[in-house]
Amino acid sequence: MPSEITDKNTVTNPAPAGGTPPNPDAMLSVLGVKKVYQTDGGAIEAVRNLTFDLRAGELACLVGPSGSGKTTLLKCISGLMAPTEGQVLLNGVEVSGPPKKMAVVFQEYGRSLFPWMRVRENVELPLKNQRLAKAERDRLVDEALEAVGLSHVPMSYPWQLSGGMQQRVAIARAVAYQPEVLLMDEPFAAVDAQTRADLEDLIRSVWKKLGITILFVTHDIDESVYLGERVIILSSSPTVIQEDLVIDLPAERDQLNTRSLPRFTELRHHVYEQIQLAKAGHRPAAASR
Amino acid sequence: MKILKGLGYAIGLPALLVLVWALATAGETNFFVPTPGTLLATFAETWFGDRILSDVLPSLGRLIVGVSAAIIIGIVAGLLIGSIKWLRDLTEPVLEFFRAIPPPVLVPVLMLLMGITDSMKVTVIISGCIWPVLLNTIEGVRAIDGVLSDSARTYGITGGARIRHLVLPSAAPQIMAGVRQCLSIGLILMVISEMFASSSGLGFTIVQFQRSFAIPEMWSGIVILGLIGVLMSFIFQITERRILRWYHGLREVENAV
Repeated sequence: MPSEITDKNTVTNPAPAGGTPPNPDAMLSVLGVKKVYQTDGGAIEAVRNLTFDLRAGELACLVGPSGSGKTTLLKCISGLMAPTEGQVLLNGVEVSGPPKKMAVVFQEYGRSLFPWMRVRENVELPLKNQRLAKAERDRLVDEALEAVGLSHVPMSYPWQLSGGMQQRVAIARAVAYQPEVLLMDEPFAAVDAQTRADLEDLIRSVWKKLGITILFVTHDIDESVYLGERVIILSSSPTVIQEDLVIDLPAERDQLNTRSLPRFTELRHHVYEQIQLAKAGHRPAAASR
Repeated sequence: MKILKGLGYAIGLPALLVLVWALATAGETNFFVPTPGTLLATFAETWFGDRILSDVLPSLGRLIVGVSAAIIIGIVAGLLIGSIKWLRDLTEPVLEFFRAIPPPVLVPVLMLLMGITDSMKVTVIISGCIWPVLLNTIEGVRAIDGVLSDSARTYGITGGARIRHLVLPSAAPQIMAGVRQCLSIGLILMVISEMFASSSGLGFTIVQFQRSFAIPEMWSGIVILGLIGVLMSFIFQITERRILRWYHGLREVENAV
């Protein structure tokens, strides 16, 4: 069965590689991305063949069983790692290194902030590096800290804050950077459940306010359904797309009411089933797109 | 109150040691062991005069120049070797070789090559002091956290900004550990480089006193060396606390959890 997918994709891939993305509205296009790691024990295929587009202003969640190459994919998209095959386009331009209009929030908040800089300096550093004027920097930093509810601790060091607050600093840094695309790699996997709910709402509000494109990687099914306008389900490794699902929940979401909607339960149920199928090694009969 | 307590701890043991020494040497006539009183008197008359200008300051000057040069060269070379893999593969065996050579054996060779000059003495100090700084910097640069490095890259922090904001601060704890070792090696080599063939300096003077059986004077020279060591360690600690304030705070938080 997998061979059928591979065949189909190897036929469709060369066309977009020529230049223009297949979908002109796409902010971000992932085209036939494949990643094979060369190790001493032989080659490991982490991602087999992934193709999807994100429209400008979309909030999409990427879920998949653990070990389905989510982090690998994100590293390819963010330009930290070159895919073995295929390409990633941002605004129709191939990503060959970390693009200027993209920000990434990592899971390991404790290791993504500079421990020798205070909160404010951490948020400000990327802007300073872009040689923005002081007044402009101050405005962006203030707004970003305000947006994540951290205006009161600009002079603290990150390690003086709780995990959830540290992740807020990382989000503020990303927001202040004014990216067009925000990638988030399981950002809330290491914070407690209550903080997590707050941070989920924070992401929804930041997304609505700034209208940026967000790709949110998670292994949490509830989180993906609650947050996303769309959920992309990955198969187990070697990874292909299992299903691309539109989340037709109301735009205004809140932790209590949205999560108790019958539709939420249905969608959650559906995603859960798909993940279970993926874990069992089932692969989509036809290419998902 | 807290300051007084700290001061008490700091001078308590030295005071006790001096007391024990005074009691043990009271009524003693051994020529080789002076009493604290004799030593103090000798100390003042030996060093508070021309010798400050002719011996102490030149020695300190060479020590400062040698140690500073070793720190700067060590950090710069360490940054390069630590960041560039092929350079590391190329230099690692050679570095191990040179590090294993005890610097005092270089003194006669350098004397022949460079003459009995200040630059020879400074070179001896550098040749011994550079290793802990260099090797620690290399390790520190290599140990930069992958996630932190990725974060910096995604925000376009590369090149000089990367060195300044990521590499140097991140390697600072290890670099400072190297500098601490560098200082004590520097003091030893300063003395040794002046002992062989020299006409001034602390090492030279102490050897002169030994040879002319000026025993209390010799002891007072040894005391001066100890005091210089204490002063260096004090300056180092103040600097280290300033540079690594974040690191000590982070460690405290980690240990408390």
